[in-house]
Amino acid sequence: MRRYSVFAIAREALRYHSGWDRAWRSPTPKASYDAIIIGAGGHGLATAYYLGKNYGITNVAVIEKGWLGGGNTGRNTTIIRSNYLQDPSAAIYEKARSLYETMSQDLNYNIMFSPRGVIMLAQTHHEVRGYLRTAHANALQGVETQYINAARVKELVPIINIDGPRYPVLGGLYQPRGGTARHDAVAWGYARACSDMGMDIIQQCEVTGVRSEGGRVVGVDTTKGYIGTKKLGIVVAGHSGQVADMAGFRLPVEAVALQALVSEPIKPCMDVVVMANTVHGYMSQSDKGEMVIGGGTDGFNNYTQRGSFHHIEETLRALVETFPMISRLKMLRQWGGIVDMTGDRSPLISKTPLGNCFINCGWGTGGFKAIPGSGWAMAELMAKGEPGPLAAAFSIDRFKEGRFIDESVAAGVAH
Amino acid sequence: MSTRLQSGGRLIDRSTRAEFMFNGKRLSGHSGDTLASALLANDQMLVGRSFKYHRPRGIVAAGPEEPNALLHMGQGDRFEPNQRATTTELFAGLISSSQNHWPSLEYDVGVVNNYISRFLPAGFYYKTFIHPRAAWLHFFEPIIRKSAGLGRAPTEMDADRYEHIYGFCDVLIIGGGIAGLQAALTAGQSGQRVILLEQTPHWGGRAVVDGDEVEGESAEDWVKSALDALKTMKNVTLRNRCMGAGVYDHGYVLANERVADHTPGDGRPKQRLWRIRAGHIITATGAIERPLSFAGNDIPGVMLAASVRDYVVNYAVSPGDRTVVVTNNDDAYRTAIALVQAGLSVPVILDARPDVTGDLPARARALGIRVEAGRAIASVKGGKRVTGVQVCLQAGEGAVMEEIACDAVAMSGGWSPVVHLWSHCGGKLTWSDHLSAFVPDAARPPLNHDGSAMVTVVGAANGIYRAADIIAGTAGDGPKVPPIWVMPQGAPIQLRSKMWLDYQNDVKVSDVQLAAQEGYESVEHTKRYTTLGMATDQGKLSNINGLGVLSQALGAEIPQVGTTTFRPPYTPVTIGALAGEARGDIFQPLRRTPMHDWHDKNGAYWEPVGHWRRAYCYTRNGETHEQAVQREVNNTRENLGLLDASTLGKIIVKGPDAGRFLDLLYTGVMSTLPIGKCRYGLMCNEQGFLSDDGVVARIDADTWLCHTTSGGADRIHGWMEDWLQCEWWDWKVYTANVTEQYAQVAVVGPNARKLLEKIGGMDVSKDALPFMQWADGTLGGFPVRVYRISFSGELSYEIAIPASQGAAFWAMLNTAGAEFGAMPYGTECLHVLRAEKGFIMIGDETDGTVTPLDLGLSWAVSKKKEDFLGKRGMERTYLANPDRWQLVGLETLDGSVIPDGAYAVADGRNDNGQRNTEGRVTSTYYSPTLKRGIAMGLIKHGPQRMGQTVTFHKIDGSTVAAKIVDQVFFDKAGEKGNA
Amino acid sequence: MLTLQCPYCGVQADETELAPGYEAHLKRYGPGSSPEEFESYMFARKNPKGVHFERWRHAYGCGKWFLAARDTNTLEVFGTYPAQSSAPPADLVAKIKLKRPEWEGYK
Repeated sequence: MRRYSVFAIAREALRYHSGWDRAWRSPTPKASYDAIIIGAGGHGLATAYYLGKNYGITNVAVIEKGWLGGGNTGRNTTIIRSNYLQDPSAAIYEKARSLYETMSQDLNYNIMFSPRGVIMLAQTHHEVRGYLRTAHANALQGVETQYINAARVKELVPIINIDGPRYPVLGGLYQPRGGTARHDAVAWGYARACSDMGMDIIQQCEVTGVRSEGGRVVGVDTTKGYIGTKKLGIVVAGHSGQVADMAGFRLPVEAVALQALVSEPIKPCMDVVVMANTVHGYMSQSDKGEMVIGGGTDGFNNYTQRGSFHHIEETLRALVETFPMISRLKMLRQWGGIVDMTGDRSPLISKTPLGNCFINCGWGTGGFKAIPGSGWAMAELMAKGEPGPLAAAFSIDRFKEGRFIDESVAAGVAH
Repeated sequence: MSTRLQSGGRLIDRSTRAEFMFNGKRLSGHSGDTLASALLANDQMLVGRSFKYHRPRGIVAAGPEEPNALLHMGQGDRFEPNQRATTTELFAGLISSSQNHWPSLEYDVGVVNNYISRFLPAGFYYKTFIHPRAAWLHFFEPIIRKSAGLGRAPTEMDADRYEHIYGFCDVLIIGGGIAGLQAALTAGQSGQRVILLEQTPHWGGRAVVDGDEVEGESAEDWVKSALDALKTMKNVTLRNRCMGAGVYDHGYVLANERVADHTPGDGRPKQRLWRIRAGHIITATGAIERPLSFAGNDIPGVMLAASVRDYVVNYAVSPGDRTVVVTNNDDAYRTAIALVQAGLSVPVILDARPDVTGDLPARARALGIRVEAGRAIASVKGGKRVTGVQVCLQAGEGAVMEEIACDAVAMSGGWSPVVHLWSHCGGKLTWSDHLSAFVPDAARPPLNHDGSAMVTVVGAANGIYRAADIIAGTAGDGPKVPPIWVMPQGAPIQLRSKMWLDYQNDVKVSDVQLAAQEGYESVEHTKRYTTLGMATDQGKLSNINGLGVLSQALGAEIPQVGTTTFRPPYTPVTIGALAGEARGDIFQPLRRTPMHDWHDKNGAYWEPVGHWRRAYCYTRNGETHEQAVQREVNNTRENLGLLDASTLGKIIVKGPDAGRFLDLLYTGVMSTLPIGKCRYGLMCNEQGFLSDDGVVARIDADTWLCHTTSGGADRIHGWMEDWLQCEWWDWKVYTANVTEQYAQVAVVGPNARKLLEKIGGMDVSKDALPFMQWADGTLGGFPVRVYRISFSGELSYEIAIPASQGAAFWAMLNTAGAEFGAMPYGTECLHVLRAEKGFIMIGDETDGTVTPLDLGLSWAVSKKKEDFLGKRGMERTYLANPDRWQLVGLETLDGSVIPDGAYAVADGRNDNGQRNTEGRVTSTYYSPTLKRGIAMGLIKHGPQRMGQTVTFHKIDGSTVAAKIVDQVFFDKAGEKGNA
Repeated sequence: MLTLQCPYCGVQADETELAPGYEAHLKRYGPGSSPEEFESYMFARKNPKGVHFERWRHAYGCGKWFLAARDTNTLEVFGTYPAQSSAPPADLVAKIKLKRPEWEGYK
């Protein structure tokens, strides 16, 4: 792989960039692999990357129905934070956040990680107590957060209205090292690095069946033919239910729509990510200048990648109330994704009823920020056959035991 | 230069004069102008700078597809960025300025990016700024952010208002050209309810500009009579200045009406958002002309051919004196003809097609216009303005044959039907080789709720461009439009890197080719890697051209490469319009108790509780909130406190099976509750986690009244109905949520009975009304129901009264209670009082993961009942685990208050390196009664560890030690409440 | 923005009038059920990409719960019927079979 650098660009500029290689190869599938990962989104590609990097397993195929990074990886609002309440969540999201910090160097691909800080506003006394609790938990989890007062919120976010007539801002949970990254670049950077390790990323290849013998997966049928494998990882987010169905088990997952939108680009006016959970909206400004906006999920099973207007309306209403200056900006584009929600809204990184088949799904509305941590933990699970400490709590058994990992308890919604 | 012509201009009123400002210059136009036409009339071709290279940008188009002419508009609280000049109606006093440059539009230092553009190809930022890490964070990213963005951010609260309107119709027609009007006439005459929308102020679309003939009359006359006919139909609603923004599922359409954009400050709403539910949608949204990709096609003065015609015909504005026309189709000849007929010069028409025949070319030739077939533009000369073009063969590699001086170029690369609205909800497209365009595939329409086609497309949006064909219903193919994606076809990289696809985002032909070369082969990858089509015009001009270039680079057919997804809105919509009226005080519904105004007048510091507001405390004489709470606690303990408890949920459950039902709903037994008595009850979800609590009163043989938490009333009522309707639907039980029918007042404290006895009307003595009983009667002449229940440990009466009399009753209690020291108290005092007594609070002691057994409430959980909601859930291994954290009282050794939310730390760390914990505080307060910090918390094995010390961790790293104690801190024997 | 006809009041109700309630025809498992049965009742959902039977409440209308058969991929609504039904009406099942021959039935 040719390394990317300013010198490489200068060299290529002289010949009109005719010498750049493909970022990733476009191979035809081999007859079999040591491991197949279904789903070339961020989580699937990260799993493959850490399988290679941490465990030396490189005879790997990542199979993708559409184009890599084309699902929720390329549709989210790119927020990265790890200020979660429960220990297992904080552990994996903090692992992810710390991997994001060095990902550009690691992958030799600038994913534009921007640790500009994330604030979750407290707008009721109940929310204040919830975030104080989270701040205490984070201090013990090694996650650097602080509870800040309203004046400090205003200092960090000058465009905010902290004296709204209905829900004045009382304070906020601030994670200075949270932020955003360029979502597509995360998928592309991983894909390039995986391809460089000799892994096959096979796009436009839909899995149509999972073959198993004696409780173990032996291969998958695809639109490009049958491919054998020694291990299978299912990392397909919204379509987990369909693939699990092919493998013969059912998941505690439902697919619903989550919408987001951007404004037209404007000059920088907000340097941090702000989430207002009482009124249901969050906003950041992209490096391009667009205000990137999201809210809550739509409420019914939906595979269309589009949602209903009234949710957009509620989100914008909340944000106009919180940031009055956005009223005269314009919505440029709205879109939707399919998010896979589990019974406790926390993910699954788990063994399955099939011995050598593993599942990683259920990231719901909060998957992007977890990508490297999720891949790290899933790679460990696939390589060893047993979960490591990061994945252990996210097993599918927890629903039978009642061992919920419930993040909603701290007044926070997970985005 | 661009200038106003002496005559003509079908839309302007030359008798008027509208002065306006652009970059501090005073300019003038006419009523009927757009801001763009007025700028051109004043020879202001240069209007902005591009996003990445800061190249000079001129007006390209005349409609919503314009990518360049985006301006700052207005000032102060009416300032807005990125206003599209081509769709902005001119008005006197308009203030505008150009964007994205420093120090000025003419001299922009950002243009340095242009000179180093070879080093800044598509996606260059992914390949650099990687090392060192700090340089990206502190240097490169801030620079990128500052140089990105277009307009300035507004800073003030919007002075304008917006409104929503709901529309319902059988047929919604979007687009007021010939096709839309024709569809409206047909639907209107059949008696259907019709709404017809047109985004501009004018009806008729292209046909009236092009002077088409329809059914033997001019398009202008046809449109006029069609409008006259439609206006007489009561079943037809016409709206111009109203853009169909988005099609959503099941016939839902958003449209944005620009009501007062052109008359700011006249008192009307700035914009009106139409929320329309249509039985069927007809889109007649026309087509958008495509640029051609030749070197220098972004230099100001290069415009779309039909837009040039718009400016000449509609506004009598000539973009240039000498205009070279370059095209791959016949339509651009209309522009040449219009220019010549307006007395302007067209030195040449360069037609990329090798053979040029047909009526329009013949007419052009007849006018003496030089027509060159098989020719292309090798390069446009000029910097901030076109000065000429170099001519080459389309089939060649760009060898210059001739240089022609000109000050404008009118280009046409064919037309793209506006299929956005068709596609928003999944309508599929098919590629027309004849038109070189995507057209709606009628066989794969977006579906309505019943599975039928939801949208029909007519007119140019469906690839039928001429009015006569639309009216006659003929296909109207016309000559084939050849795909010309690069001009000339063999252009070398030096030319390809000067061919702009996306003018605003600076995406060039070479960028798309680089993306393909690097493996970003999916059209979505190319879009995201190059930012093609991601600018504020969302690729209206660039997408198809980019797709053509990409398909050539990949050696694939366009249909195989596919398109990116069309998403709402069609053009950007003001966020204020989407948010609507609900802002400020009416942002959300406000629920007020009958006593709300009294609280407001008497120092209430409000706390939002759901949509309710409750008084957190009442401040007097400059007290802090903390001081007020302490006073309220002390006064209630010593004298008399009054609490507005009206928000408390009140649900009547009635019927022969009501008792049986409540036994399933509550963890305890309610069916055996004697009439006249009260019982505390807990509700769990099916998981076994606590969801609500409250006191239940047995009213009569088949009636119970269930109190819920303030926040829980609607949820619990819904929960009851869910079970009654969906699971036990044959049971005879009826529920009614009467929360708002009754005001409720808690009269609390040692003097409570004295006050009630003073106002009189019923016997409230201990014997007549003992603890945990209720009675109906009158007090002070008011009809009341009095519950002897206590959430404070004090002698307490909760009194329900019809809501209409709540305010009067409350005022009377305050007045009559003065001699007993009556003071109102708020929610925080309520919390302290209950914490001193060790009572749990849903939402504090519970968080959705806590069971009744965790809270030591096993006495309220029936062991005998076979079933109740939550019973099975509680039996699961994790919930039945004896190691779960359980509720205890906590007393700091130093008397301080444990910080809210603190955790108790245990030895060591877990496998993820996190500190181990053994509990957490759930409620923690300074107790004015005990003059020390008190707390409750969930502690591992807590109840078995009475007297032991646990250590709470503070944020600053220090700790506080607390002793595990009984959670009842005050009046353990319960003597006060029972008094 | 869905519309669903409330089978009680007959209103073609807008999504904003309705509260969604996810999968219909679940059999409740209470005390005495096995851990697997209870887990399945609580969490395992069909979540099909296609025909889905689901619960809705006409929350800002008549207040009644009802059931709907809807395609989660096209959002086509095949029909609605009262919540007091242990199985979808036969004519609705037949209608869906006609429109979606590959559909495997609601169980």
